[in-house]
Amino acid sequence: MRDDYLTQERAPILEALTKMKATRLVPFDVPGHKRGRGNRELAEFLGQACLDVDVNSMKPLDNLCHPVSVIRDAEILAAQAFGAAHSFLMVGGTTSAVQAMILSTCKPDDKIILPRNVHRSAINALILCGATPVYVNPQVDERLGISLGMKVAEVVAAIESNPDAKAVLVNNPTYYGICSDIATITRVAHEHGMKVLADEAHGTHFYFSDKLPPSAMSVGADMAAVSMHKSGGSLTQSSLLLTGAAVNAGYVHQIINLTQSTSGSYLLMASLDISRRNLALRGEEIFDGVIELVEYARDEINSLGGWYAYGKELVDGDSVFDFDVTKLSVFTRAVGLAGVEVYDILRDEYDIQLEFGDIANILAYVSVGDRVKDIERLVSALADIKRIYRKDPSRLMKVEYIDPIVDAAPKDAFYAEKISLPIEQTVGKTAAEFLMCYPPGIPILAPGERITREILDYVRYAKRKGCQITGPEDMTIRRLQVMV
Amino acid sequence: MELWFSEQHTPNVRLSIKVDRQLFSETTEFQRVDIFESTEFGRILVIDGRIMMTERDEFIYHEMITHVPLCVNPDVRRVLLVGGGDGGSVRELLKYDTIDKIDLVEVDEAVVRACRKFIPKTAACLDNPRVEIFFADGLKFIRRKENFYDLIIVDYTDPLGAGEGLFTREFYGNCFAALTVGGIMVNQHENPFYSSDIAAMQRAHKRLTASFPIVRAYQIHIPTYPAGQWLFGFASKKFHPTRDVDLARWNSLALQTNYYNTRIHVGAFALPTYVMKTLSAAE
Repeated sequence: MRDDYLTQERAPILEALTKMKATRLVPFDVPGHKRGRGNRELAEFLGQACLDVDVNSMKPLDNLCHPVSVIRDAEILAAQAFGAAHSFLMVGGTTSAVQAMILSTCKPDDKIILPRNVHRSAINALILCGATPVYVNPQVDERLGISLGMKVAEVVAAIESNPDAKAVLVNNPTYYGICSDIATITRVAHEHGMKVLADEAHGTHFYFSDKLPPSAMSVGADMAAVSMHKSGGSLTQSSLLLTGAAVNAGYVHQIINLTQSTSGSYLLMASLDISRRNLALRGEEIFDGVIELVEYARDEINSLGGWYAYGKELVDGDSVFDFDVTKLSVFTRAVGLAGVEVYDILRDEYDIQLEFGDIANILAYVSVGDRVKDIERLVSALADIKRIYRKDPSRLMKVEYIDPIVDAAPKDAFYAEKISLPIEQTVGKTAAEFLMCYPPGIPILAPGERITREILDYVRYAKRKGCQITGPEDMTIRRLQVMV
Repeated sequence: MELWFSEQHTPNVRLSIKVDRQLFSETTEFQRVDIFESTEFGRILVIDGRIMMTERDEFIYHEMITHVPLCVNPDVRRVLLVGGGDGGSVRELLKYDTIDKIDLVEVDEAVVRACRKFIPKTAACLDNPRVEIFFADGLKFIRRKENFYDLIIVDYTDPLGAGEGLFTREFYGNCFAALTVGGIMVNQHENPFYSSDIAAMQRAHKRLTASFPIVRAYQIHIPTYPAGQWLFGFASKKFHPTRDVDLARWNSLALQTNYYNTRIHVGAFALPTYVMKTLSAAE
């Protein structure tokens, strides 16, 4: 029986690759580097062990586009480990998983309910499929200047006034660790025949600890995009798409194949397989360690004064239904520094690289790979930065959520006839392209949204503080394309 | 039978010392600690395969890391030693009756335990009532102190080992804050000879000059350290190490030393040209 052989101790793709290596096949197939012999510099840089398994699909290794053996087995194991009906190994990042969720549930002109603080990949999917967004205003913590979760009442209102919507998308959690009440949202959405999609780019660890907010699959959501390469420990660009019992996995598979590479990387797939095994066997212990480390860091940072490393106290049972305590976010504005300024100082002066800095916060990503002595470095650096760089906080702009005015669906705006204008002349026009700070990669403007004075002020300020502004065709961000 | 301990100074150079026997070996949560007995160098303390001190040449290191700052500021009352669980620096500091208190912060209690048992030559003094030992992370310990110590000595030599955090700007900055107005910090400035060590030296120098107004390096000769050459960093808020120094006052204390004297004090700050160039490139 296959089921006896399929236990979480196994790693079918890893095992198949190991076996393949031992057969010493003569490769008359791609890739052309032929186990690195044809590209010595690359082999030296990455290591021979890496190039030995950078191989193409073959019978003993299965095929990601049509998995029937070891990849299928790895997907079954991942589905079991995450409590899903089905799982798909993804090699195009969580971006591809988010897009597959939306493309699987929405057709042109369908409606989808989502918070405005979604990752750009979600709005990109709307451009691809032509669905129309119905935005739920994420609440904003006025002091921290971060957008929170969706209030259940507002989601219910959106569902009731858009009974024809096909799905509700939920960030579980946001980049900052904020969770909406995904259990209730799922129940209400299902009562109205809508699917629930979860962007769990920052929530892989939820599946392996009862000290953390609930995972999407555990509350019956229909699909979840899970960034294994973030807290899960797999290689960059590898990800998982999970589906529940009410989802037609065969159709999802067809959607994935529309855009997924037909030469899926075995390095990425093996890393997913190995990481899934590690999480299934040791996840709870690993994340207990991370939780303890971050709680320690939070206490130490808060004892420095000035900085505010926020935690569970933000929870209000509604727009902050729950908080992911593994996220080490620190509010910087009371020290008189923008988050992005602290982010730059830490890297340039203290050799410490953070995940991101925004207008008023920094985020340190803490994972299984971190050590107490590295936490000590971060805390001490913040103590030193406060001593040396502290400024008057009143010089900093207070950030507020800017409620978007949607003039057109993202797809219509993106493909519309458009003209390029100097950015300061675009007030009142409708954007035909994205404008965002990266990271966190949440659009300030999405195609189809009205450009306002407020938005341009914000962009100018963010740029001056050192944020990287991305999106427009004009990479200098002096011009912006608008709908004619 | 011949037993040799070898330390790899670079991938292509090693120093080998004939060893009589191994007295101690323990792997702690931080590092591996070994003590060997040898004919030529007496007892040798080794951490993660690197020689920290030998009974034979430790006097050079310990005298130069302590008497140089104390000659510049003889009014030092409170001293913080980070690392230095072997006790050698404490032994030298205790020669000054004017010092009230020495806080020794050592991350790994095994180092102190092993040295107390096997290297009394340096560690016997650790029982002195003027000494208080804290087993803690140096970086964490220091950020809780403000305007408190007159002298901080970083007595831990390996920038890649358990004391990695002691070679960072955040550590130097927090030391600056922990020092009094006339405060001095002496730290490890590494080996200026082998190319693999130069980057560490330049980085330490750059981070140190960002935190202190006066930063000078001085050189000592230690047979068991890479290339036999070692630099200490002298970082200070107020005192210049050779201009603001009363050499006669130190001589009047009539302390017994084997390496340090006031002529060496001045001479140690005269650096070879290639060292000066390497340091100024980092500034």
